[in-house]
Amino acid sequence: MTTAIEFRDVTKCYGNVRAVDGVRLQIEAGEFFAMLGPSGSGKTTCLRLIAGFEAPDSGQILLDDNAVTALPPYERDVNTVFQDYALFPHMTVLENVAYGLRVRKVSRAEQQRRALEMLALVKLDAMAPRRPHQLSGGQRQRVSLARALINQPRVLLLDEPLGALDLKLREEMQIELKNLQRRLGITFVFVTHDQGEALSMADRIAVFDRGRIEQLDTPRGLYTRPNTAFVAKFVGGANVIEGALAQRLAGGASHDAPAFAVRAENILLGDVRNSAATDVMRCEGTIVDVQYHGAASRYQVRLSSGELLTAAAPDSIHQAHWRVDSAVSLSWSRDAVMPLQAAAASNST
Amino acid sequence: MRFERRPSTDGNGQPVRSSNAAARPSLFIRVAAFAGLAFMHLPVLVIVLYAFTTDDRTYAFPPPGLTLHWFDVAFARSDIWAAMRLSLRVAALATLCSIILGSLTALAMSRSRFRAKESITFLLILPLALPGIVTGIALLTAIKFASIDPGFWTIVAGHTTFCIVIVYNNVVARLRRLPPSWIEASMDLGADGWQTFRYIVLPQMATALLAGGMLAFALSFDEIIVTLFTAGHERTLPIWFFNELFRPRDRPVTNVVAVVVMVVTFIPILLAYSLTRSADERN
Amino acid sequence: MSATAAAAHPAWLRRASTFLYCRPTFYVLLLLIPPLLWLGTVYIGSLFALLANSFYAIDEFTARIVYEPTLATFRQVITQPAHLDIIQRTLLMAVAVTIACAGIALPIAIYMARYASSRMKALFYVGITLPMWMSYLVKVYAWRLILAKQGILSWLLESIGFDRVLDAVLQLPGVGGPSLASSYLGMFVVFVYMWLPYMILPLAAALERVPESLLQASADLGARPRQTFWHVTLPLAVPGLAAGSIFTFSLTLGDYIIPSVVGAPGYFIGMMVYQQQGTAGNLPLAAAFSVVPIVLIMIYLSLAKRAGAFDAL
Ligand SMILES: Nc1ncnc2c1ncn2[C@@H]1O[C@H](COP(=O)(O)OP(=O)(O)O)[C@@H](O)[C@H]1O
Ligand SMILES: [Mg+2]
Repeated sequence: MTTAIEFRDVTKCYGNVRAVDGVRLQIEAGEFFAMLGPSGSGKTTCLRLIAGFEAPDSGQILLDDNAVTALPPYERDVNTVFQDYALFPHMTVLENVAYGLRVRKVSRAEQQRRALEMLALVKLDAMAPRRPHQLSGGQRQRVSLARALINQPRVLLLDEPLGALDLKLREEMQIELKNLQRRLGITFVFVTHDQGEALSMADRIAVFDRGRIEQLDTPRGLYTRPNTAFVAKFVGGANVIEGALAQRLAGGASHDAPAFAVRAENILLGDVRNSAATDVMRCEGTIVDVQYHGAASRYQVRLSSGELLTAAAPDSIHQAHWRVDSAVSLSWSRDAVMPLQAAAASNST
Repeated sequence: MRFERRPSTDGNGQPVRSSNAAARPSLFIRVAAFAGLAFMHLPVLVIVLYAFTTDDRTYAFPPPGLTLHWFDVAFARSDIWAAMRLSLRVAALATLCSIILGSLTALAMSRSRFRAKESITFLLILPLALPGIVTGIALLTAIKFASIDPGFWTIVAGHTTFCIVIVYNNVVARLRRLPPSWIEASMDLGADGWQTFRYIVLPQMATALLAGGMLAFALSFDEIIVTLFTAGHERTLPIWFFNELFRPRDRPVTNVVAVVVMVVTFIPILLAYSLTRSADERN
Repeated sequence: MSATAAAAHPAWLRRASTFLYCRPTFYVLLLLIPPLLWLGTVYIGSLFALLANSFYAIDEFTARIVYEPTLATFRQVITQPAHLDIIQRTLLMAVAVTIACAGIALPIAIYMARYASSRMKALFYVGITLPMWMSYLVKVYAWRLILAKQGILSWLLESIGFDRVLDAVLQLPGVGGPSLASSYLGMFVVFVYMWLPYMILPLAAALERVPESLLQASADLGARPRQTFWHVTLPLAVPGLAAGSIFTFSLTLGDYIIPSVVGAPGYFIGMMVYQQQGTAGNLPLAAAFSVVPIVLIMIYLSLAKRAGAFDAL
């Protein structure tokens, strides 16, 4: 495998905001790579740095092991699907898709042929003579995809491409995009703030927070072994336990203040009287809120020591037991404990 | 002033609903609005009517009779034709200069941010904010100071100065509405700066540029306040008209010239309007 | 098409594009050089020449300009009663015209911004911009026809039996004159007509930016339409009014055609400037006089800026 994109300590500031802060990163060729993070965490800026719309303040960006930091966007073998699609309103759908060939001085017949081919790939060849404003949101999205793919770039950048679509269309497009990427073998760099989307589509995910990469891992790795409290909370909304409570639950095994995370679905709710096995952690509290989610319900439990934990339990006949104000015990097996880096955990509170 | 309007949209890009079906305007508002609109057009009707009057000495109303005779007389006058030709030449050249200078400024000012921007904006609107007579007398002092012979070129120079901002206003308003992502998309797809300008920016700003040019033309064609200071012995059509106002020799011919001037300025203005409007609708 | 594109797009153009792309400041500078050179030399240079001239004076015997800096000409402008009279008269007219324009423009702008259907709005928009751009001289001339002794207005007033009223008004000192076409009243009407669109358009734009929900909220809280107007609509229209008034004020202050064509006997600043540089040949006095409207407008601009005019321009 070769490296398609490499960031070497890239920093980009806007005024005194560090939008991208010393990012170091390697994206493999042919990979479906997701950048995940809350709004304002620097994902879009990273994408714009790759595309060449912004220049880094320091550090270097390499495409296929060539430094491109000083190259304008039109000299980079990278194409972008914009969040607002950015279709040219004064051109037809066909002309939009053919634009990349037109500026590369490809013959007119060839432009037409390949543009129609691309449109067929996204199942929009019937729309070729239309103008962008005559299309629906989903169709526009596919046109902008076809337009970005016509130059057969080494890398395709997608900035929240599904953000403007409704749920059903978004799920269809997720599958379609994944299939397309597999078929074409192009490196996809996909920006999203939706952890579900990132988990289901990407080969690897970089989780961003405040301009830095918190963790870079496969979806499963990220979900089962979050490094920091931020990642644990942002991906899958795990319970982060630290400080005195963590010390008490861990049984004082380690010297420095331990911090760990437990997923809500791994927490068992039980009556207070129930006795405990030895390989579990256990604590007690009072239910303060119950949210019904269909297949499961989520229970907010206030511990006697004051912390708030969330447990999820499948809907069952026992459900009637636990209402707001019921006293419950919480327990989870030690296998379910995900240790976190203490340093990162302490600055996230 | 410009034709290019601010987009009236709310934060989500939805057009603001401006007409309120539920609230009816009070009678006073409605009457006042339509009376005001009628008031704006009264002089137009008067000018058209008087061009056909048979009365050649007074301004009597109603006209005693109607005739086309004065059009014949006016069209046979060589001094009017000469003045008209001069005015058209001046307007054409001033328009060309202001299109070039105005669009250069608009391209520079539309996106980039730099420290001198505020001062440049101020410099641009100064010729509009200060009364024409200040511009006129200033140009005259400069002309005398530099001992230039006033004439065709000084007229063009004066007109260009205040036409630049007309073109600039129209073009910059359009460019500001151009989403940056279109330019980025074009460059992303392999178009360099020139190709992006040629294929994306120019088609988008063309109508605004043309509309600005039309307005500049109309403005220059009937400009009098500055022209009187910079014309020397040249006689543009407005100067001919101005002299006629003070020493009326051919009242009926003046009436006809008024209609002709009106029509010559109306055409570019209407064109400018329809250009801007169709662009508004397309986006 | 593509063949011509290839021919029309040589490699040097791409190199130049890249060169400029990597130097955005230089690129902006390159674009700005021609217009700035033009405005900087032609316009600003002229303004400085004007200012310099106002510090010269004319020799009363030879009628030649003495090129020695002096404040004598300025002193002449602000001390001679006749000159002060002119300034006062012009200022009064400018203020009166501005107020009248605001009063007439408000209902029109409110109708345009609030009530007109989109088609009606377009009609109003064209109906106001067209006369605005129409030839200035022709409009003045038209008003001379309308206001003339036997003109359309006297005819109209006579036919509804109001000619006595007109005569009575023309008898009034200060506003009257021998006929409407040579009275301050007539001049006032023409000024209002000429600058009205410059008031309506920014005002309508400012009102259009006021969200409908604000007015609904006011009504919802129990305000009657009149109260809503005074407490909500009018305060929000202030930036538009201020922006429009810059035009009406400044244009009236500097105009010299209208006072000469629709002439009352008294002089206005613009006429004074025109006459001094022309027939009188006293360029320094003309220059010093033209500094008066500049100063007045600067004062007015700073007032208008406080009212938010520049956001509504
Ligand atoms: N053009 C810009 N000017 C100033 N600040 C910007 C600009 N673009 C982004 N930022 C700031 O940089 C930070 C990262 O933004 P962005 O990369 O868009 O985040 P994300 O895409 O993850 O939501 C934010 O704080 C944002 O406000
Ligand atoms: Mg973003």
